[in-house]
Parts: sequence; C-alpha cells; structure tokens
Amino acid sequence: MIKFLSNEKNHVFLVPLISVLLGFLAGAIIMMITGINPADGYRALVKGVLGNPRKFGEWIVTATPLILTGLAIGFGFRTGLFNIGVEGQLIVGSFAAVAVGILIEAPRIIHLPLVLIAAAAAGALWAFIPGFLKARYRVHEVVVTIMLNYTALHMINYAIKALPGSSMTRTIDIHMSATLNNAFLSGITGRSRLHLGIFIALVMAVVFWYIIEKTSFGYELRAVGFNPDASQYAGMRVNRNIVYSMMISGAFAGLAGAMISIGTFNYARVIGAFEGYGMDGIAVALLGSNSGLGIVIAGFLFGALKAGSSSMALASVPKEIAEIIMAFIVLFAAMNYGIKVLLQRLGKERK
Amino acid sequence: MEYIIEMLNIRKEFPGIVANDNITLRVKKGEIHALLGENGAGKSTLMSVLFGLYQPEKGEIKVRGKNVNISKPNVANELGIGMVHQHFKLVHNFTVTENIILGQEPIKGGRIDIEKATREIEQLSKEYGLEVDPSSKIEDITVGMQQRVEILKMLYRNAEILIFDEPTAALTPQEITELMHIMKRLVEEGKSIILITHKLKEIKEAADQCTIIRRGKYIDTVDVKTTSADTMASMMVGREVNFTVNKDQADPKDVVLKISDLVVKDSRGLKAVDGLNLEIRRGEILGIAGVDGNGQTELLEAISGLKEAESGSIQLLGKDIKKMPIRQRTELGIGHIPQDRHKHGLILDFKLAENMVLQTYYKAPYSKHGILNEAAINEKATKLIEEFDVRSGQGIHTKTRAMSGGNQQKAIIAREVDRSPEMLIAGQPTRGLDVGAIEFIHRKLIEERDKGRAVLLVSLELDEVMNVSDRIAVIFEGRIVGIVDAKDATENQLGLMMAGIEDPGKEGDQ
Repeated sequence: MIKFLSNEKNHVFLVPLISVLLGFLAGAIIMMITGINPADGYRALVKGVLGNPRKFGEWIVTATPLILTGLAIGFGFRTGLFNIGVEGQLIVGSFAAVAVGILIEAPRIIHLPLVLIAAAAAGALWAFIPGFLKARYRVHEVVVTIMLNYTALHMINYAIKALPGSSMTRTIDIHMSATLNNAFLSGITGRSRLHLGIFIALVMAVVFWYIIEKTSFGYELRAVGFNPDASQYAGMRVNRNIVYSMMISGAFAGLAGAMISIGTFNYARVIGAFEGYGMDGIAVALLGSNSGLGIVIAGFLFGALKAGSSSMALASVPKEIAEIIMAFIVLFAAMNYGIKVLLQRLGKERK
Repeated sequence: MEYIIEMLNIRKEFPGIVANDNITLRVKKGEIHALLGENGAGKSTLMSVLFGLYQPEKGEIKVRGKNVNISKPNVANELGIGMVHQHFKLVHNFTVTENIILGQEPIKGGRIDIEKATREIEQLSKEYGLEVDPSSKIEDITVGMQQRVEILKMLYRNAEILIFDEPTAALTPQEITELMHIMKRLVEEGKSIILITHKLKEIKEAADQCTIIRRGKYIDTVDVKTTSADTMASMMVGREVNFTVNKDQADPKDVVLKISDLVVKDSRGLKAVDGLNLEIRRGEILGIAGVDGNGQTELLEAISGLKEAESGSIQLLGKDIKKMPIRQRTELGIGHIPQDRHKHGLILDFKLAENMVLQTYYKAPYSKHGILNEAAINEKATKLIEEFDVRSGQGIHTKTRAMSGGNQQKAIIAREVDRSPEMLIAGQPTRGLDVGAIEFIHRKLIEERDKGRAVLLVSLELDEVMNVSDRIAVIFEGRIVGIVDAKDATENQLGLMMAGIEDPGKEGDQ
C-alpha cells in the first residue's frame, strides 16, 4: 500500500485524487462547524446528481461546458499561455452559434455543423486579439483578456437585443435544425435538458490530446510555450505559434459557449454578470493536470458539485457548501507539490 | 592545528543512487580547502549536508570539535557556516544594504535603522577590502560586485566558515583574480573557506588543501603546494587526463563560410560587430579568441540567424544567408552548439528524446503528414545517447532539466553533429563542464573537422582556442584584428592582439 502511494508513477492520478478527498474532508469539517451532519450533506449531494435519471441528465448538462472551458484553459497552459479570457470567448461563441442558428436556414446536416463552426471561429477570433498583441507587441495576455471579457459581455448583450425578434432579455429560439437538443437523450433522462453536446465535449478532449501529444504541430506549440528562445533557435516561428495556441484555446471556449446557448437553452440570454464558466475552467484544468482525460474527469466532478448544490439546499444544507468544497479542491490541487513531497516522505519513513 | 569542520564518513542516499558514500572532509581553521570533483561527483550534496539542507544516512559532523546535528540551514547559520551560492540570491531592485540586512534588519523605534546598517556594512567592506558601495542597487552593479554582496551578507551574519559554490563560473578573468585576492584576505582575517570547484587552475592558485571526490566516493586529501595539477586531475577523473589535444595536421579545402563587411548591432543598438571579414574552410577548425563582449555573441547570432545583421554578407557555400530564416539555414547545413545551452539549446521541460529532434521533428521519419512517429524519435534518441555516452536517470525519457550540465551539453552536441552539417558553430562548448566532458567535446570537434566539415569555435578560454583550433582569429571591438596559425601562436602574442594591437610580431622574431 505504502509502496503504491509513494511510487512516483502513480502520482499522476493519486495527487488529484487526494486533493479531491481532502476537499471533501474540509467540506465535512465546515459542515460540522455549522451544525450540519456531513453525512446528510453528502447524501443530498449524491442524490442531487444520481437521485433520478433527470438529475443525472442535468449533471451531464452542467459538466459539458466545464469540460470544454477546462480544455480551453488547459490548452493555454500546455502552450505557455494563461488564457483568462475563456469567459469572454465563451460569450462570443455562444452568441455566434445563436446568430447563425437564427439568421440562417439550412438542413440539419449542414446547419448544426455550421453553428458549431461559427461558435468555435468566433471564440478563436476573439482570442486572436490577445494572441496577436502578445506575439507582436509583447503585451501580456492576462491583461488583454481580462479587459476583453468585459468588452465581450457588454458588446454581446447589445448584439443580442439587435437580433430580429429579440426581447430586452433574450433572443427568439433558434431554428430546430441548429439545436443540439435530442429527444432520445432527453427521454431516457426523465425529460432533462441533456443534449448532444457531451459527445462534442468528449470528442474535443480526444482532439486536444491528439494535437498536443501526437502531432508535430502540438510539439511545436509546446516547445514555444516552454522555451520561446530555444524554439526560435530550432527554426520554429514563435510568434505565429503564440497566435495559433491562443486561437485554438479560444475555439474550445467558443464551443463551450455553444453548448450553453444551443444545447441547454436554444436561445441567447442577456446576462448581467459573468457566469463563471471560464473561471471554473481554470479549476478543471488545474485538477485535471492539463491532460485531456484528466480534464474530462475533473469536468464531471465540478459539474456534479454545481448540479448537486441545489439538492443540497433542499436538504437545508446551504448551497455555498458545494462552492466551499470546490474552492478547497482547487486549493489542494494547487498544493500538488506539497502532496507529492508528503507521499514521497511516506515511502522513505517506511524504509 | 585544530579542525574547525569535520565531516566524518558521511553517507547520503537518494532513490537509486548513493550521492555520498563514506566521505570525510576535514577543514582546518584559517585555510582555503578546495573540494574537487567532476559534475555529479557529490560535491553539492556534501555541502548541502553541511548546510543542513539534507540529513545524512550515516556519519557525523563536528564543528570546532563538538558533535553537532545540523537539522536545518538556520542551525548552520548559528554555527557560523555561510554559503555563497553559484546563483546569487539577491533582490535586484533593492540596494546592497537592503539585501544584506534582509531577514536581520536592525530595528530602531519600530523602523529599520538603515543608517546604522549602512555604516556597519561600509565598515565590513573596508575591513575586507571589498569596495562595495552600500547604497547602489543590485541591478546597477556587475556580477563580480554582486558576488561580493553575497560575501558581505555572510560576514554581516558573523559567518566563520564560508562555502563558495563554483564561485568563478560567472566571472570575467579579472574578476576571478580579484576574487582570489578577497578569499586570501578573508583567510588572513581568520575565516575558513571551503571552495567547491572543478577548475584546477583556481585550486592551484588559492587553496591550501584539496579533498577530491569521485562518483560519490572519497579519494584523497592532498596538499596543494606539493601536488601537481595533473595528479589532481587524474584523481578527479580516475584515469590519466590529457590536457593537450592530439590531432593531425589540418587539411583545409574549399571555403564553406565567407563573411564580408558584416555589421551587427547589439540589444542597445550599438555596433557590436563592425565590419568583420572571415573565411572558414572545409576541414579546419577556426577559433575565435577575444575578451568577452567584443562581438562574439553577435557574430554567432548573425551566422545562426538568431539576430538580424545590419549590413554586409554571410555566404554559406556561395549562397547569401544573411536574411534567411533560421530553419532554412539549418536545412542548408548549419549546426549550432549555442553559447547558452539552457536558453537556446534545450527545452528543459521536454524529455530527452524530444530534445534530440528539436530541428528535425517535422521531417520524415520523425513526422509523417504532421503526425509524430514516437517510435522513430525514440530509436534515434536511443542511438544518439549510446553513441555520445549521454547519461541520465531514465534514459531518453528523462526530463532534460534533471540531467547534469555535462550530459545536457553532450546531448546538444550529439544532436548537432548527427545532422552532419556542412558547418558547425560552437559557442563556448565546454563552459562549466568538467575535464572528462571537455576532453570528449574537443575530440568530437576534431572528428567533425576530419570528416571534412568546417568548424567555427568561439571560446573565452584561451587555452581551449589554442589547443583545438587550426587557425586563430582574434576579435576586438567587433573586428578581426588578425589571424594566426595555431601552431605558431603564443599566449603573449594573442593576448596583445586581444587588447587590440594589430601586429605585435612574434616573440624573438626580430
């Protein structure tokens, strides 16, 4: 057992796992302090996710955009960029999907791919701005993307109202040829909002892994991310690659937006503030160690905490407990080095 | 005489290796004691044990005759042990005084008494002849001065035993000489010094005693005055070391690289290379000698393409490559061993295998239609590390960052030589390496020459240039002041040329 724990090869999955367990432990302590039986709280959480088919469906619905924003952030991290603009790219992408879904009429086989491409392209284009500014003028991407998030929020709120037929709060529904909704998926999950998006998210995780690990293009992007000077020495086009990395990350974010607008809702909403998918993506990527598989698993976990929190509230456990657990998991995931050292020490003391 | 430090039968293990195996180091009060060993021999581990960073598995440590347990660096500090790290630990936008008092600020009425500290530091600086200005900022002073600040930091904390970890690695020859004086002065004032190094010249110059370790094992402690450098070198490496490089007469053929009227500006916009002309032929090693900062870096960067040349021409096999992108130059046949291997030569977070195809990853067989062929990459890397004897913990899967400097450099050389370039540029290829690795690299450069490649060697070590090159071009203020045959060159003559005197004439050649 101890040998298993201290073996460095197992740390890839052990360290995130321990972070999660510690997060739940911390959550239990908080619940005890506030006079709630942790067993009740966690029972409510599990029920909120697995209690009935409908809840299961809603869990997947919540996890889908989180997986994609996790991939967006993770792609940035793997290529040396901190794309904090996922939130804004998601907003732009969600609008682009709806706009194409409303303004264009086409058979489903063309229309659905078209809206998805529009969402990805819009996210990529929005990410092109910080990518270009970093490559050309060495402006740090964090500063630019934070500001572009606000630009996106207000610009898209305005654009939503400008679409034909929009009210002050939302657009009209998109043509059904462009929706991700699926009667079968909804049917087997007790009429939940479950849609085809989850398959897109899973395919994108494979695409993510394939680009990063298996292609010479991904090799180049990683090289530039780790060491731009050595990449230049090796004859790579550093600036071009920075822009590409940013755009691919933005494309994932744009798709995440489409999952919400043409999957969960079928229309675009005017929102008063950020909904936090981009920021949650940071947590997902961090816990998933920036790997395709890890991000998928982490996306499902955070999705569960988000989706299950309302059921916790019904069992008179404050909803915020779920957020506190999430925060603790992120905190422990960020302390991964410390956890690794502790595991190694465990092995040594045994000897 | 009494020993101030005794480390007896120290053993320190890491997973898979024994870094220190039964090592004994005894330092007398008031001496400079050198600790000599190749990269990876266990010097740093031993000093980390003394400094409380590691706990030894076996052995005891005595300070001033008393058994001590140094469980953490604070204990070492209290015992009067201080360390000047190879990479200085200074806050760059703080002043000298602020850096020195950091963590031990003298307080007066709730405020830091900076005047008192400044006076004390001035006093210390004068006492040991360090000539440091306490009020200047770290970012404004030279590397040599920064090192003195590190020394002052220890003196301010009343350290009696000073550990210098490879102190000359970043210094110019003049600064090295000054450092040697400072160390002697410190010893005269009653301090004791442990000098970690693999440079025999410095040991001969400064140290009294020398303890040699090899591959984690204690070899011997010798008196420096009565032991020759050759003896110490062979004790360090474990076999006879050949300082002179054996090679046949060069057989130069047609011109491979022709540089005319080249002008390259440095980062400040000044002309670092200023009208330079040079020709390198197939089958010869052309060495560039010169004092650091006379345009060597910019010349290398202009040839390799890292920096754009202002004017003039660089012709490789008759083609002007001055404006060519780096990839095209690489494909045309330029191999480049960069001066700064961490900055340019390697992606330290990549696995060794990935680093071995840094310029060729996009070509068959390593990639097909944009898809990497891991099997082909691994096969190539395995072949190269065997052929070039690159050692690492987990073979080709080792993170390059985890490898020793010598093995990192061997990996770069393997990669560059294997591409069989027409022209091999080597920028300070042996900087910071130990004797064994240096010998190996020199041999490889000569092999390349004998295969009919043109080799350009830039080095700040005059010995290296004189030993390895066939012709020596001396660079001064961005121009070549003269080219001499390596056979006939003398150190004196080259030295004068390096100072800008164009034709000093040969000694005794009147």
